[in-house]
Amino acid sequence: MKAYLTRRYMFSASHRLHSPAMSAEENAVTYGKCNNPHGHGHNYRLEVTVSGTVDAQTGMVCNLADLDGFVQREILARFDHQNLNALAQFANAVPTTENLCISIYDILQRGFRLAHLEKVRFEETMMNSFEYAGGKEPKF
Amino acid sequence: MVYLTRKAEFSASHYYHNPELSGEENRRLFGKCNNPNGHGHNYTLEVTVRGNVDPRSGFVVDLKQLKDVLNREVLEAMDHRFLNKEVPEFFTRIPTTENLAIAIWQRLAPKLKQAQLHRVRVYETPDLFADFYGEA
Repeated sequence: MKAYLTRRYMFSASHRLHSPAMSAEENAVTYGKCNNPHGHGHNYRLEVTVSGTVDAQTGMVCNLADLDGFVQREILARFDHQNLNALAQFANAVPTTENLCISIYDILQRGFRLAHLEKVRFEETMMNSFEYAGGKEPKF
Repeated sequence: MVYLTRKAEFSASHYYHNPELSGEENRRLFGKCNNPNGHGHNYTLEVTVRGNVDPRSGFVVDLKQLKDVLNREVLEAMDHRFLNKEVPEFFTRIPTTENLAIAIWQRLAPKLKQAQLHRVRVYETPDLFADFYGEA
């Protein structure tokens, strides 16, 4: 039987939305308050959804301790309490939550082999959320 | 096609143990969840059904019927119970969140008349949930 497992994590980071491809005025119009040159921060809620056949011996899609360990090591340790603009992932990309979704999806997709990655979802604030399923339509 | 979701809450205890494995393997695999005295959660259940809106009633499903089925098939069986010892599915299966979602689907699917079951989502905590869509 195929089941889907979702785990939520939290990290805090700062960013500034600014595109070198736009003029100062275009940046100010496009990004508004998020273009403040000093940056600002969020408590990001990250949801990771994996899927697979429920193992008859363990009753699990994958061991949560393994997923937690991977996310702690490869994601939280690298992103928590950082300035996203200063990270290699955002050297050439604006650290919007859309791009953050794609970046985190790619890390999981490349490195986590113990279940199938379905989707990454982010809540930047309580009022907005973003999802990325590797270009597929996320499962509702 | 419209999707309708009904939420319910129940509290239950469980522990994870596979009798085919040694005590040490069980502890390594399941960690704190292997404590044989059990531990508990406040589970939140979301049942999503789908169907066409009936032109006479404006409903996808009679909510009262859905609530009655949920109460009878799930809450009466699982609320304030020790899942391993009181819910027959878990005499032989480990009551993980994944297996809970599957067991609840299997209890509900044959009882729902009008609407088609789309998804069973079980939250063990606000930070962990499992989804089952009836896929083999």
